[in-house]
Amino acid sequence: MSAASPWWPLVLLIAGAAATYVWRALGVALSGRIVPQGRLFEWIACVAYALLSGLVARMILLPSGPLAAVPLAARVGAAALALTVFFLARRNMPLGVVAGVAVFMVLSWAHGAGLL
Amino acid sequence: MAQDRTPAPYARDFGDPRRAFRAGARLAVGVPAAVLAASYVGFGALVQQVDLAFWHALFSIATAWALPGQVALVELYADGASLLAVTAAVALTNARLLPMAITLIALLRTPGTPQWRYYLAAHWIAVTGWALAMRDCPAMPPAQRLPYFMGICLVIWSVSMMGAAIGFALAGNVPAYVTLGLVFLNPVYFMLVVAGDVRGVSRVLAAILGAIGGPLLYLASPDWSLLITGLVGGTLAYLIGRVRAAGP
Repeated sequence: MSAASPWWPLVLLIAGAAATYVWRALGVALSGRIVPQGRLFEWIACVAYALLSGLVARMILLPSGPLAAVPLAARVGAAALALTVFFLARRNMPLGVVAGVAVFMVLSWAHGAGLL
Repeated sequence: MAQDRTPAPYARDFGDPRRAFRAGARLAVGVPAAVLAASYVGFGALVQQVDLAFWHALFSIATAWALPGQVALVELYADGASLLAVTAAVALTNARLLPMAITLIALLRTPGTPQWRYYLAAHWIAVTGWALAMRDCPAMPPAQRLPYFMGICLVIWSVSMMGAAIGFALAGNVPAYVTLGLVFLNPVYFMLVVAGDVRGVSRVLAAILGAIGGPLLYLASPDWSLLITGLVGGTLAYLIGRVRAAGP
């Protein structure tokens, strides 16, 4: 099957579902036998954080989709503001997300209107 | 359920599994449901913007409900990544579900319950339901824990689908800047999840190395950059953390 096939997304989704459930099932099989602490699990956590953080940075700095139409400064500025509000508001997630998205909308609008 | 249960030494006893299920569902209606719905609005908008169908979003939530992996899959699809690259990246993104499943299922176990129920319940293990169940279940009679967890999960799972529907419907039908804001929800949300969650030298380092490596490696290889970022950045951070912990 090639990427041009209309069924290609479904193939990826099924593979993704298997790659997700396998950990959950393995967790059931291992639960009660091992305590998830120690080196292996710390390494798993590190890999997951690095990967997620890499995805976030890539989506903000080098977006491949519609976000690419918005200037880099707007993307970075809105993200920085979200982080600032989040920490100033004692790690308030909703507030940080709303602030970042709202400012990003305003900047996108300004860019679309030729103001930025 | 054990009928000969001794008078409860448990701080949170809902009486029977059915009531525990409802208590879990009630707990989930509120902040947890709102957070899940909002984060999946972003996912729905992203799916619409890369020209996938709404049923793709629903299928993804139904079969692989764990947002970071879902977003990674859609992003990699949009970049034209290969099946192997997508599967490996999703597997690495979701490897954190393994320790979560091990700890939670150990807590939910009751003697006499068939194994398949745990394998079924494990399908809904994701960060929100996991954190709530880990917090509340130790104070509950064992027979009520699995229903309580399922009560939480079935609410936030359905709400995730509704959120995705809203995001998908809005994207493209609202002014472009609103659609862009909805798509931007994805990276901002995960950025704050990582920023608020990282503790310890190696994990902080992993997040920093990932943020540097992600975009840089993407320039070299859109397909494999995510995977390499996770493996190399994460391993490096882990090793530095260990050296520092053992250091002088």
